Amino acid sequence: MNRLLIKGGRVVDPAGGIDGLFDVYAIGGKIAAVKPHLQTPDSRPQSQDSSLMSDEWNIIDATGLIVCPGFIDMHVHLREPGYEYKETIKTGAMAAAAGGFTGVACMANTDPVNDNASVTKYILKKAKEEGIVNVYPVGAVSRELKGEALAEIGELKEAGCVAVSDDGRPVIKSGLMRLAMEYAKLFNMLVISHCEDTGLSAGGQMNEGIASTRLGLKGIPVASEDIMVARDIAIAELTGCRLHIAHISTAGAIELVRLAKNKGLKVTAEVTPHHFTLTDEAVIGYNTNAKMNPPLRSKKDLNAIIEGLADGTIDVIATDHAPQDITEKEVEFDKAANGIVGLETALPLSLRLVSDKRLSMAELVEKLSANPARLLGLDCKGTLKVGADADISIVDLEKEWVVDARLLKSKSKNTPFDGWKMKGKAVKTIVAGKMVYEG
Amino acid sequence: MRLKRKDLLGIEELERDEIELILSTAESFKEVSDREIKKVPTLRGRTIINLFYEASTRTRTSFEIAAKRMSADTINISTSSSSIAKGETLKDTAKNLEAMNPDCIVLRHSSSGAPHILARLVKCSVINAGDGSHEHPSQALLDMLTVKERFGRIEGLKIAIVGDISHSRVARSNIYGFIKLGAKVSVAGPPTMMPAGVEDMGCSVRYRIEDVIGDADVIMVLRIQLERHKVPLFPSVREYSRLFGLDRQKLERAKKDMVILHPGPVNRGVEIAPDVVDGPYSLVLDQVKNGVAVRMALFYLLLGGSREQAVD
Repeated sequence: MNRLLIKGGRVVDPAGGIDGLFDVYAIGGKIAAVKPHLQTPDSRPQSQDSSLMSDEWNIIDATGLIVCPGFIDMHVHLREPGYEYKETIKTGAMAAAAGGFTGVACMANTDPVNDNASVTKYILKKAKEEGIVNVYPVGAVSRELKGEALAEIGELKEAGCVAVSDDGRPVIKSGLMRLAMEYAKLFNMLVISHCEDTGLSAGGQMNEGIASTRLGLKGIPVASEDIMVARDIAIAELTGCRLHIAHISTAGAIELVRLAKNKGLKVTAEVTPHHFTLTDEAVIGYNTNAKMNPPLRSKKDLNAIIEGLADGTIDVIATDHAPQDITEKEVEFDKAANGIVGLETALPLSLRLVSDKRLSMAELVEKLSANPARLLGLDCKGTLKVGADADISIVDLEKEWVVDARLLKSKSKNTPFDGWKMKGKAVKTIVAGKMVYEG
Repeated sequence: MRLKRKDLLGIEELERDEIELILSTAESFKEVSDREIKKVPTLRGRTIINLFYEASTRTRTSFEIAAKRMSADTINISTSSSSIAKGETLKDTAKNLEAMNPDCIVLRHSSSGAPHILARLVKCSVINAGDGSHEHPSQALLDMLTVKERFGRIEGLKIAIVGDISHSRVARSNIYGFIKLGAKVSVAGPPTMMPAGVEDMGCSVRYRIEDVIGDADVIMVLRIQLERHKVPLFPSVREYSRLFGLDRQKLERAKKDMVILHPGPVNRGVEIAPDVVDGPYSLVLDQVKNGVAVRMALFYLLLGGSREQAVD
């Protein structure tokens, strides 16, 4: 039975109510104990507890490092099956581990679409064989993501899906969204909504504003997101289903979520690191690695996002990791694919919120670990309490490094952060007590 | 003298003195087109490729004539008769053309920003001959030259740009250019064709063209670009022409010495009445004539001389 001791780090486990110098003991892939760190020259476990008395400990010295429950990215595109030239479960999991993530929830817009149990089982089988982190499939809301008829949500749940979403495209028909939420509620499945009124966003290439006007690119108004967020909150109220707003990007949508929460509705939201780091000015020069959906928004929206993170309106930081092959990015802007890879840059970008004193370290760990685990119903994840799975991220807050897109573990290199100087890095990622990344 | 840049992608990035240099150089080239032998040897041995992804009469012909009057060798490539029709990407087309060592590629493209991508891919000069709804710098330069010739100055003039602003690359380039040269620019058109935040480009914004033509020295009428409208942006051509088209009746409130510009091609009877476009205040054909001189100047300033002679 493998025994792991992480000594002397600052353990930040908001779900366990811990923030301080502790030693973390894991046995057989589970957290066995978390004990105050004692300054002793002896590196062996110091404990009265006989179960911890053993010489066969694999010891990690985490002095000066942050030790926290493994990060869970509840919004990634692993592209397998169907688009293995962009990413595979294997390469996506490697990118996740390198970014400090011990788990990822993968969206259903594969080919075939994950709208039935056989695809879910295929993903889970591949993940077990090749994935070095936990992979949690998200099933489709509608068959083939067509927005016409419900996918087999009950069977998707049985097969192992943790939520349903037609992410990548909105559920246009309000009636179908109502059915989805009514039905998903029976299975306690979270409905994740990509909020976009395509009547307003059609043909849009970037956020609508002075930047789109200068660049001569068709804009996507914030109203296209606000309208759908308002609609979905109304349907959540009607049905009582848990609703999670994917990649929120506008000040208006954040205000709507805030109001919904104040009303006591079961509405949550996530934001991507790029939406709280970049504005639509990043597109200037026709940088296709700044093209995504929802688009990078204005400074006003960015400020509202950071405010929403700070006051708890936004529960989760998720990357919307969207690998695209270079052939889909090295083209005219209006022909380029949407999306960027995010797993390996999310942590340092998020840590800027901590160094800017907008979030405490504990709040950041909540948004990267505890909250996604809770929303996706992942028991034994998102905490380092005794009995929890030993999924652990060890972070060096001081480590300075420069992003080199060519060196990303992800199969695709579409990042707008190439060449950025970063501070803070995942230095060890542990899944079920086993080291899966060390850097 | 030459421009201290490899490419001409837009007016937005030009300094005022660069625009003035281009205009004064163009003025000096005008007489070449009036000679009996309309040719100077300046760009002998240079190769210029006109790469046009969109249909064009004026611009393509104008660039070609300009190049030929400078003694450059010109090649015209249009999408329908090239490998672009076989699905070749812009990148591959660029790399293959570059392998034949041209000195300049003139690009017309329906995608905003395509010349910027091309310019990053090739070592030769790239001139933007109109990209999507972004910029059409040589058009704005010839418009500025035409206005400067007529009024002897640009500083302090009032320029009204009317019509489909949101889809117009001509509007954007002219807003930048005329403002840089000290003119006051106002734009007018239906709100459905007014791009977000356009006032932040430094122009004033109205919706009725009657509100801008009263004190305008120059009225620039834009073509309604129906081919770029995915859905109709106004109820009918009839209503547009009656409410927003420039006709004799609306011109009654205009200054007596104002002039009218149109980048062409004209939708006669839509954005401008036939008798107005053919009227005495219309400078449409002066624009076309000046287009050749401006493009000769651009070739000269980007390709001629040596780098050491670059203007400061």
